[in-house]
Order: sequence, then structure tokens, then C-alpha cells
Amino acid sequence: MSNTGSPVTPLVAMVDSARLGGPHGLAEAMQPASALEAARLALLRDLQLAFRKRGQLLQPLAFFVMVALLFPLAVSPEPARLRELAPAVLWIGALLASLLALEFLFRDDAYDGTLEQYALSGQSLTSLMFAKTLAHWLLTGVPLALMAPVVAMSLGVVAAPALAGIVLAVGVGTVPLSLIGSIGAALTLGIKRSGTLLSLLTLPLSLPALIFGARATQLAIHGAPLLAPLELLGALAVLGITLAPIAAAAAVRISLE
Amino acid sequence: MRAFFDMGGYAAFVWPAYAVTLVVVVLNIVWARRALARSLAEARRRLQMQGEAR
Amino acid sequence: MAWTWFHRLASPPHVYALAARLTPWFAWPAALLIAAGLWGGLVLAPPDYQQGDGFRILYVHAPSAWMSLMVYTTMAVAAAVGLIWRMKVAHAVAASCAPIGASFTFAALVTGALWGEPMWGTYWEWDPRMTSELVLLFLYLGYMGLRAGIEDTQRADRASALLAVVGVVNVPIIHYSVTWWNSLHQAPSVMRIGKPSMPAAMLAPLLLMLLGFTLLFVALLLVRLRGEVLARERAASWIREVVSG
Repeated sequence: MSNTGSPVTPLVAMVDSARLGGPHGLAEAMQPASALEAARLALLRDLQLAFRKRGQLLQPLAFFVMVALLFPLAVSPEPARLRELAPAVLWIGALLASLLALEFLFRDDAYDGTLEQYALSGQSLTSLMFAKTLAHWLLTGVPLALMAPVVAMSLGVVAAPALAGIVLAVGVGTVPLSLIGSIGAALTLGIKRSGTLLSLLTLPLSLPALIFGARATQLAIHGAPLLAPLELLGALAVLGITLAPIAAAAAVRISLE
Repeated sequence: MRAFFDMGGYAAFVWPAYAVTLVVVVLNIVWARRALARSLAEARRRLQMQGEAR
Repeated sequence: MAWTWFHRLASPPHVYALAARLTPWFAWPAALLIAAGLWGGLVLAPPDYQQGDGFRILYVHAPSAWMSLMVYTTMAVAAAVGLIWRMKVAHAVAASCAPIGASFTFAALVTGALWGEPMWGTYWEWDPRMTSELVLLFLYLGYMGLRAGIEDTQRADRASALLAVVGVVNVPIIHYSVTWWNSLHQAPSVMRIGKPSMPAAMLAPLLLMLLGFTLLFVALLLVRLRGEVLARERAASWIREVVSG
């Protein structure tokens, strides 16, 4: 194992070669003493790998914009009408885009054995799953939150505080989405063509986030204080952060049996 | 008797509701028994194959 | 002493025999109670002051709704037991619950809609209870879909068990969020199970139906359980006697 540069580079290089020739050496690379360090490495690895496939990264975003585009065309271009629909459009779009991104976040790692190595590494699988979920949110939720005001503007929302509120609502709201999604993705790991099943599993559990998030967005658009739904959204996020990685880790172990 | 079937004018709602529930109950009974029969047949077949393999 | 009972419950041949023996003890009382409840509800109970004879849908709607929730909880508890203690029998119980629960959730939705139209003027009103019921149906379908999607029985058992546990934690959260979302919450006093704002003649058939349906659930569960236990015991010798007997 090379000692030059940051510890991430050899880790990533090893994993890259793993993609070509089978998993090996990853267990050694996971030597870092603490679970936190391992999680940090896993997070950095996911982010680096995602940036190499920038195209794949943009797909959920493109999908989000596409969905938002469909609504004015399907309903009417009247700004007042669109503003009414905006919370729904933004949230359904975000939900579906988030679902899409789940596929490539877990699938590749399952196929090349990286997840197996994570499970065998002796490091806390829970913190590794937290790292992967954080990566998913950073790669999906945050861009969606930043894109949302742009989409909102196309739907007739112009007030700056409204747009700021939207960024906040979508940013916080996509956290529970990523967390629940990670559980669903872990449960359906071995199943071929599990896209629809994954949606069926994830959507009912994501309803609370959708409800609170859409309400927060709606209030933001009307210039009303959105603290109440935002707090509820935050509570969901905290609850999820505490429990979801544990469930996701258990699900990964079950799927890899 | 007439009044009973008429259900105070709500017949069109009450009777279908009872009918649906009855169908669900009956279906459950049939379904459960059929599932058991299928499992028994499957087990029988497996034992036969094991017997032949000897 | 308590542990021997628990350990025996984990033994598939014992459970199989027990289930077969117990089924009639639940099936026949269930039939009796339901028949009595139907008689009481359709004939003996007086018409409601506001809803006339239309309220009688309660006697099939409430038991169905009760079933949908009770079965899901049972499924989740059995799933948790199966996960924690690695008991195949517990997983068999959970598997048996799902189709029963899903079908009664469907019945609850349909009877609820049929009740809604004459009473509130609309088949579907997105009120918290019915909306949560609909979500529950999807939770069941997801559970059954996950089971169907995984070929290995043991993996399917454990994955769906985890899903059931995650689901049951979410049910109160979902219900809370839907209630929060909907300010049109209408709570007909007739539906408040446990708080008899109803005269005894109306309440008694309801309790009979609820109890009858519960016993019916146990009977159905016992029948399905036998099949599920058999399926999980591939090469055991006790099967030989059972199958040829």
C-alpha cells in the first residue's frame, strides 16, 4: 500500500482495480483505527467515484427538471395556477429523482464486492452505511435543493425569501428521503430489475417527509413562517439519522448472506 | 321484510359492503386451505423424489 | 417452565400438530360469533338517529379496519421474534399474516368508501383514517412484493421481517403526518371503538363482530401456518408421517 499522498488515493486506486479484477486488498485498506475514520474514507470514496461519472450524477437532476417541465404543459402556463402546484411539483420531482439515484449508489458496490468487504472489514457497518447515505444526500439532495429555486422560478415563484425557504425545505426534507431510500436499496440488493419494487417500498415510508416538506414549501411560497413543518421535518431527519443506518446495515448483512 | 332489504333507503350501499366483506372472508378461507393443500402436495412430491434418489 | 413452552413453540413438528388441533377451536366459535353479530347488527340494533340504517356498514367496516391493523402488528411482532431469535416458525407466522391482512385492508377501504358516499356525499375523502388505511395496503403489498422477489426462503424471511419492523415503526409516524395534513378530520362518534357513545343494542353486535373476526384471523393463521412451516422444513423426517397420514 502506497504511503504517498492522502490515504484516500491508494484506497480509491485499490477499489478501481477491484472494479477491473475482483475485490482484493480493500480489507487491508480498511485498517484505519476508528469507525469514524473508516466512514470518512468511505464517504470520500463514494464522492470521488461519483465525480468520475459526472454524467450519472446529473441524471437525477435532469429528471427533476423534466418532471417539473411536464406540469405546466399538462395543466396550464398561468403563473397563479403554477404557483399553487409548485410545492407538489417540486416534491414529487425530488422524491422521484432521489429514488432514481438510489440505484447507482448501492448497486455498483454490491456487484463488485465492495459492500461485502465493508461487511467483513470489522468496521462498524452502521457508520459505513451512514457514510454512504450521507454521500447519497450530498450527491442528490443538496443539488436538488439548489436546483429547486430555479424550478420554482419557472413555476411563478419569484420572491427571494420564498426561494430561500424552498432551498431550506428541500434540503432538510431530502435527508429522510436518502435515509429511507438506503434501507430500501439495501433490502432489494440481490433482486434483478427491482426499480418498481424499490419505489413501492420507499414511497409509503417517505410520505411524512413529503407531507411536511410540501407544506413547508407551500408556506414559503405564500410568505408565511414555515417553522412548524420545518421542525417536524428536522425531527424526521434526526430520527432517521439515528435509526436508519442501523436498519440499513442489518439489511445489507441479510442481503449478502 | 321489505324494510330489511331496503335498509332505510341505503340498500345500495349497505348490501354491497356486506357482500364485499363476505367475499373477502370466503376468499381467505378458500385461499388458506388451498395454500395448505399445495404445501402438502409439494412436500409429498419432494419426499417421493428423495425416495427415488435412493 | 415458561421457557419449555417457548422452546416447544419453536419446534416445527410440535407447532404443526398444535395448529391442526387448535384450528376448529377458533374456526367454529368465530363462525358463531360472526353469525350472532350479523343478526344483532342487521336485525336487532335500532336505526341510528342521524344515519338511519346506513350506519350498519359499521358492522363490517370496523372489523375489517381492526383486522388490517391487528394483523400488521402481529406480523411485525412475529417478524421481530424471527429476526432476534432466528426462529423459522416466527417467520412462518409473519408470512401467513400478510395475505390475510392485505385482503382485509382492501375490505376496509371498500366498505369505508361505501359508507362515505351516502354519509358524506363522496366515496373518497382523503380523511386521515382512510388515507392511512390506503398507505397500510401499500405497506402490505411492499412486504409481499419483497418476499416474492427474493428466491431464497431464509433471506426472504429475514429481509421482509426487517421491512415489517421498519414499517411498524413508521405507521404511527405516517398516521400522525396524515392527520396533521388533513384538517377535515371527521370523527363520527359511531366509530370510536372503546368509547361507547352508542346504546348497548348497537355496541354489543359490534363487539361480537370484532371478537369473531379476531378468532377468524387466528383460525386462518393456523391453517396457513401449517403450510408455511412445511415449506421451511425441507428434509425433516417428521414430514413423512404428516404427509402420508
